[in-house]
Amino acid sequence: MSPEVVLVRTGVANVASVTAALRRLGVEPRLSDDPGVIREAAAVVLPGVGAFGAGMERLDAAGLVTPLRARVERGEPTLAICLGVQLLGIESEEEPGVPGLGVAPARTRRLMGAPRLPHFGWNEVAPDPGCTIIQPGEAYFAHSYRLDDSAALAAEGWAVARSNEGEPFVAAIERGAVLGCQFHPELSGAFGAALLERWLERAAVACAGGVA
Amino acid sequence: MVRLRVIPCLDVKDGRVVKGVRFQGLRDAGDPVERAVAYERSGADELCLLDVSATREGRASAVETVRAVRAAIGIPLTVGGGVRRVEDAARLLDAGADKVAVNTAALERPELLSEIKARLGAQCTILSLDAARRGGAEDPDSSPSWEVVVAGGTQRTGTDAIQWARLAVSLGAGEILATSWDRDGTGAGYDVELLRALADAVPVPLIASGGARTTGHMETALDAGASAVLAASIFHDGLTTVSQVKLELARSGRDVRLPLSSPTAR
Repeated sequence: MSPEVVLVRTGVANVASVTAALRRLGVEPRLSDDPGVIREAAAVVLPGVGAFGAGMERLDAAGLVTPLRARVERGEPTLAICLGVQLLGIESEEEPGVPGLGVAPARTRRLMGAPRLPHFGWNEVAPDPGCTIIQPGEAYFAHSYRLDDSAALAAEGWAVARSNEGEPFVAAIERGAVLGCQFHPELSGAFGAALLERWLERAAVACAGGVA
Repeated sequence: MVRLRVIPCLDVKDGRVVKGVRFQGLRDAGDPVERAVAYERSGADELCLLDVSATREGRASAVETVRAVRAAIGIPLTVGGGVRRVEDAARLLDAGADKVAVNTAALERPELLSEIKARLGAQCTILSLDAARRGGAEDPDSSPSWEVVVAGGTQRTGTDAIQWARLAVSLGAGEILATSWDRDGTGAGYDVELLRALADAVPVPLIASGGARTTGHMETALDAGASAVLAASIFHDGLTTVSQVKLELARSGRDVRLPLSSPTAR
């Protein structure tokens, strides 16, 4: 039995592909930007397409900063995609001076060294041994900025998966039932569907009161 | 490193996949959803859906077809055809497109690219560029040039294709889908000189389109600097499959995502 999944309505994100991917797994997500709903939801997806500044502004205006921070800090089932995972961090070079949610101790910088940007396409996902939701494979990326790798992530209990495009970068992070993906699981075919399924299973366990 | 992409293209008219030669003489090539699902299974890295009747008939793209294809597939979907305003692009994203390709309307009003980028991001903003060789003949002794053609190839604009690509990227296009009008549907191979000129001119990924018949054609396009190769007829007509093409590309040392490298879908 999958938990109820709430998709954060950010206004700057494309939610159709995420919705379709969840539906194929038998989950009908609910779209909301209500802080109470986001706080209480069994599982939340923070999608992300667009710019860092506009994304944070939207979360702030909707009163979603505090509930989202609380979810991630408590390890409650939360999936942040693309810009979403960058928003979990401290700040971004894309919008200097705008603080992120600050729940993952990493900064977002432009992907340097890539022969062409945006980084469009399938690339490797190589998880640390500590990853349990993220498995090795290839996933679809569409971005020009990426989360910095940092020892602080591991120090705060995040397990990291990496990729490489001219330089190594963070492809995904996980801690408890929180999963952040720089790539798009909803666009990553069978690899992405299997990842979403493992996250939903983890969310179901967490909701049933099990160890997240 | 990011894998080289193979992208089947569904030219859609009235809810059916069609294919012609140089954008004309369209014939039926099947149901878009069935095609899309088969191509994903075969290892397509992405799909492109172009509403080939939209511009001439002055309407926005086939939203219902986009919705149906998106419900069925779990890979990226680029949609183009008849996108004239930022609202058209937003509507396509709402229906399930991940990237929106703009062609004629951007040429008439280039700011459309900056508007789509500002609202939806550069990763959603694709320039679809249909280029025809000037002078017609491919003369090896003179340096070639191309002009942009619009309205499904029915109008030559006089605009230099390479300069237009540069301007479009400076305004916000995050990728260029470059179709050779001379080669489209002919099976004569991509216009490699066009691709090389574009790859040198812009820093964004380039999708080669128009003329593919063999995996060898795809190799020359990738060697010319394309990040992805698009094809329609050869896949629709069953001359080859996406998985076959990718196996051949891998065998010749190209870095592609092999069809069976991911876990099987449930």
